[in-house]
Amino acid sequence: MTTRVPLEKKVLSENDRIAAGLRARFHEHQVFCLNLISSPGAGKTSLLERTLERFGAREHVAVLTGDIQTDNDARRLARFGFPVKQITTGGTCHLDARMVERALADWPLEPLDLLLIENVGNLVCPSSYDLGEAAKVVVLSVAEGDDKPLKYPAIFFKAALLVVNKLDLLPYVSFDLARAREHARRVHPGMAILEVSCTTGEGLEAWVRWLEERREAAKAGSA
Amino acid sequence: MHELSIADAILEAVRKEAERRPGARVIKVGVRIGELAGVDPEALSFGFEALVRGTELEPLALHIESRPRRQRCPQCDSTFDVINDRLACPACGTSETVFVGGDELELAYLEVEE
Repeated sequence: MTTRVPLEKKVLSENDRIAAGLRARFHEHQVFCLNLISSPGAGKTSLLERTLERFGAREHVAVLTGDIQTDNDARRLARFGFPVKQITTGGTCHLDARMVERALADWPLEPLDLLLIENVGNLVCPSSYDLGEAAKVVVLSVAEGDDKPLKYPAIFFKAALLVVNKLDLLPYVSFDLARAREHARRVHPGMAILEVSCTTGEGLEAWVRWLEERREAAKAGSA
Repeated sequence: MHELSIADAILEAVRKEAERRPGARVIKVGVRIGELAGVDPEALSFGFEALVRGTELEPLALHIESRPRRQRCPQCDSTFDVINDRLACPACGTSETVFVGGDELELAYLEVEE
């Protein structure tokens, strides 16, 4: 006899369970955590470099950076004097909550108030995995197609903010900024969008302001 | 290609359920995947078949129910499937509607032979 047994649970419930644990710890220690996602080469590491260099020594920031191989990004980011740890996934195309939990195991969270996680360069897979972050941020460079939000709707839907990077290259590419904004907001109405160039520094003040505001709002919310 | 990890998570859930039902044989697992889940059904089926092959679970079928994005209209309270990214309410034309579903990545059911 064949019976149908209803299950009704999330496929990634184990990941979600660990992510919920991380979120609770971030909340407890008032750590504002962001998960940065983009395709390879859109400029996540450059954005982090430009962000860290704007933070003074008084700031309590830490970075986890994920890659399939090499610790190149961690080395690039470590020179700003903040704690940086590389997560090498060894082939896996995304970070999951367990990798973050493991990376944080010997890191005290108490002294931190901002944790920036740079995901593996990939617009698809990281969107499925909650890392316990307060918000996902998607980075899109103008060297890519302005229809990416329509091609990869999951991440543009789930991210709280779109950072369009490499503005300085606009004169040389066919990327249409207005169309990119329109495409992003078609998938995610009201999506916050910032436009920056990590090369010239244009727009970075607004990005740091966004970060500060969100961080303060998160603090106020948990106080 | 994270579909392989997702297929693995599905099989883990199937094994757990099978353990709870000694003597029963799981013949099919049903999953629900929203268009905003970021999971490609074809890649998932491919990964699923590859992982099942040669194991005690073979033959095990995977049924994928694809779910469209769904929005609700705050004006006329109708819920609708989004076609071609059009988020405006098809009933009353209101442009600002609210997301209600379409990012599912869920185990829906198992079919077991007892």
